[in-house]
Amino acid sequence: MAKQYETVIGLEVHVELATKTKIFCGCSTAFGGAPNTHTCPVCTGMPGSLPVLNKQVVEYAVAVGLATNCTITQYCKFDRKNYFYPDNPQNYQISQLYLPICRNGHVEIETENGKKSVGIHEIHMEEDAGKLIHDEWEDCSLVDYNRSGVPLIEIVSEPDMRSAEEVIAYLEKLRMTIQYLGASDCKLNEGSMRADVNISVREVGAKEFGTRTEMKNLNSFRAIQHAIEGERERQIELLESGKEVIQETRRWDDAKEYSYAMRSKEDAQDYRYFPDPDLVPVFISDEWIAKIKENQPEFREKKMVRYKEEYDIPEYDIGIITDSKHMADIFEETVAICKQPKKVSNWLMGETLRLLKEKSMDPEDILFSPENLAKLIALVDSKAINSSVAKEVFEVMFAQNVDPEKYVEEKGLKTVNDEGALRKTVEEVIAANPQSVEDYRNGKEKAIGFLVGQTMKAMKGKADPGMVNQLLKELL
Amino acid sequence: MEDILSLSAVELSAAIKEGKTTAVEAMQAVLSKIEEVEKEINAYVTIDKEGALKKAEEVQKKIEAGELSGPLAGVPVAIKDNMCTEGVLTTCSSKILNNFIPTFSAEAVINLEKAGVVMIGKTNMDEFAMGSTTETSAYGVTKNPRNTEHVPGGSSGGSAAAVAANECFFALGSDTGGSIRQPASYCGVVGLKPTYGTVSRYGLIAYGSSLDQIGPITKNVADCATVLEVITSYDKKDSTSIDRKDTDFTSALVDDVKGMRIGIPRDYFGEGLDEEVKNAVLAAAKEFEKKGAIVEEFDLSLVSYAIPTYYTIAAAEASSNLERFDGIKYGYRAADAEGLHNMYKKTRSEGFGPEVKRRIMLGSFVLSSGYYDAYYLKALRVKAMIRKAFDEAFEKYDIILGPVAPTTAPKLGQSLSDPIKMYLGDIYTISANLAGIPGISLPCGKDANGLPIGMQMLANSFEEKKLIQAAYTYEKGTV
Amino acid sequence: MSNIISDETIEYVGILAKLELSDEEKEQAKKDMGSMLDYIDQLNELDTTGIEPMSHVFPVQNVFREDIVTNGDESEKTLKNAPGEKDNMFMVPRTFD
Repeated sequence: MAKQYETVIGLEVHVELATKTKIFCGCSTAFGGAPNTHTCPVCTGMPGSLPVLNKQVVEYAVAVGLATNCTITQYCKFDRKNYFYPDNPQNYQISQLYLPICRNGHVEIETENGKKSVGIHEIHMEEDAGKLIHDEWEDCSLVDYNRSGVPLIEIVSEPDMRSAEEVIAYLEKLRMTIQYLGASDCKLNEGSMRADVNISVREVGAKEFGTRTEMKNLNSFRAIQHAIEGERERQIELLESGKEVIQETRRWDDAKEYSYAMRSKEDAQDYRYFPDPDLVPVFISDEWIAKIKENQPEFREKKMVRYKEEYDIPEYDIGIITDSKHMADIFEETVAICKQPKKVSNWLMGETLRLLKEKSMDPEDILFSPENLAKLIALVDSKAINSSVAKEVFEVMFAQNVDPEKYVEEKGLKTVNDEGALRKTVEEVIAANPQSVEDYRNGKEKAIGFLVGQTMKAMKGKADPGMVNQLLKELL
Repeated sequence: MEDILSLSAVELSAAIKEGKTTAVEAMQAVLSKIEEVEKEINAYVTIDKEGALKKAEEVQKKIEAGELSGPLAGVPVAIKDNMCTEGVLTTCSSKILNNFIPTFSAEAVINLEKAGVVMIGKTNMDEFAMGSTTETSAYGVTKNPRNTEHVPGGSSGGSAAAVAANECFFALGSDTGGSIRQPASYCGVVGLKPTYGTVSRYGLIAYGSSLDQIGPITKNVADCATVLEVITSYDKKDSTSIDRKDTDFTSALVDDVKGMRIGIPRDYFGEGLDEEVKNAVLAAAKEFEKKGAIVEEFDLSLVSYAIPTYYTIAAAEASSNLERFDGIKYGYRAADAEGLHNMYKKTRSEGFGPEVKRRIMLGSFVLSSGYYDAYYLKALRVKAMIRKAFDEAFEKYDIILGPVAPTTAPKLGQSLSDPIKMYLGDIYTISANLAGIPGISLPCGKDANGLPIGMQMLANSFEEKKLIQAAYTYEKGTV
Repeated sequence: MSNIISDETIEYVGILAKLELSDEEKEQAKKDMGSMLDYIDQLNELDTTGIEPMSHVFPVQNVFREDIVTNGDESEKTLKNAPGEKDNMFMVPRTFD
């Protein structure tokens, strides 16, 4: 009988924090600047420059640590990780090895196989590297330090996961928690959340772990899943053929769907960590921790329970809405204005999700304000616009957050409630469609639908279909 | 005004304000002195003649307009070449920075500028401040103005020589293991290393970050206190900067040591100390006693362990601090390199001199996997013990008095061949850096060859005023 | 000399420090490093059990910046000293193949 293998997976997740400035200097962290326009002597490693820690980075790191049940290291320090690479301007990265800010945490995840706890070994603060661009023309690389010094936290899990599903559930859980905290937008595809996956295999029942490899460059859940499956197969094949797995770092090529070892004799992997003498220790007092705890938001689990109690909306909807803190905020704020949870939920579950999918956007990117959604609902409620006009308006609101009241006014989209004008149009439609009139009179109830449609068309949609129906029946 | 160069910095500024001379005249006098002696001394790497004269004119106008009234307004200064100076070449006396023009100035330099001090240029030093003779510079050796067959000391040898040769009115140096105090002693001038964190390190190109401090090298104690007062500042750009309240150092220029407790560590007067140096320092102790100080001998433990502790820590920090010199962002880049790693290696191997490479290699080794605990952490533990030994000493004494260096300035070319012997020369100065305490070096005589002898006084952290008061009192009694 | 530095060690440290030494320099480096380490080994005479390693001499802690953007576009200054530049970026030998 073939041997049964178990995959053992641990994750190192890098999350870019949502601070306005870099971790050690006053440069902006905004995306999209021209190369090197968000740089200064500190984040480009100019001789004589010195780092000063951004307080917000500590607050975010503690907040994430508390939300993931970690113990906060109240006296923590920064260390230098020394290695040469052009994206690393000092040729050392300021990170934490000896006294990371958070330790010994865990999060609960849920997969088809049930609930499970994944341990968090530690969370540490560090600085991001710059960006390297390959220039084919000159056969060289180009360095842009705009990202250099952007604050990161690295969340190191215990090797507690056993499948790609668990890994994805864990990542989703981290993403959700961190987004709820507002500490990061956690976008895998944009690199604000990055996962390095440590994988080993062992025979089912074995006590010792196998030799692990570290997989880098995973930019989507799909890539993570494929890389885990591919690496599991590769390692099993090695073991089956009597070879050894080598502890190494491998890079995933998503296009080719395979990984290769990142090895170089110039790469000694000996980082010579030591406490950074340019930075002083961070002491996080009980009071400080309490203050951060106090400011923690209501997390998803609690929110879901409360929604169930407070709002009469389906459990499925609650799940979707609370999946994104931003969406949940919009829901709650809109309901607070219009007091109609069902209708707000419908707009979010229907048109909002449809447009997000169509434009491949995240719920975090929703632009429209609760005020405007509430106004739109009010416009429909008062029959000022009908539902198909409402959808049109919503689309514009979704794209540009326009004020629906003003927009309807400006574009003249209000339903025509002037019975005289409507009666005239209905009469014209009846005159123009003798066959349908005949059919209706002969008992074909459905024919009236066609006549309603024709009237709506003639009114350019700005009529109340109920009223049209009523008038038609009256005139026929 | 005649004999303008014989004035101290404070006297010069006063003369300018009284209209007896001008900042421009002072600068011209310094520049012509440089013209005369620099070929022999080589105190400077860069002389910014045009910039200096232009700046002197501007400052003169401001003084006349009453906009600048500080005690150093109009005074020409020399800056050690490891402090960044905006728009002016800054090399650390290394080939690897042979074309580096900083885009900002060190905080200490800015503080001087604000006070109306005018920079003449940048002084020679041991490459990246690694050395005690100023012979490891990529831009030639500096000679001791007191006797040009001898070294000026180091690493701030250019700064000390420039002061001694009247090629400036005062200078800034930096001190990681004695680099201000020892050259000041060899050149017969006054040098002070402040308490760690007193002068901002922002813009000082780091050697050993936990040990480096900028300080004054001056003609006399009054200048020293005045310069220290001007360059001291709490700088939010330097996380290790300390917000001190007691920075009116000139208030300590008082001729009185009555009741001051001065300890003389026996360990500083043992084997290896030159007899003439010993006698001169002990004679100085007698002077203090005469003036009413209580002088006694005591045992300061751990003295010999300071050197290995220092070289482990300084080399480790240096190996990391100097990683940024890689030929990518600034400075020298080797031509014709094949690929990235070869470019790094060629650039750094061609750009750094032997002493710098030696310390980078040592530092990389002591931090490497498997050795970190045994070497680096061990050194940090001994550092804690050394600090404690000083704490205990300062419970009993206001000041610790001893020699600056075991000998007077050695002859050129005699020191570099045996690194350990060279490192041993730092034995009296090094522990002040490990403990973060202030130390002053001031002349206390000459040896048979006419070379200056220096004495060193150490005080507890933040007690520069005690040093200044004692030094001032001694100076008054001998001049 | 009790610390004998091997060729491999010098080679390895050279890789870490990105220094390429000539054969002559290597021999010198072996000697220098060996004697420095012998010298440093004196520290083993001291019992440091229970003593906390001291990285900072003063117990200063919690030095922070507020999260406020203070720097504008300084790209010109950033690139001013670059040995190689293209399109407002630093030009380096190709980093991957």
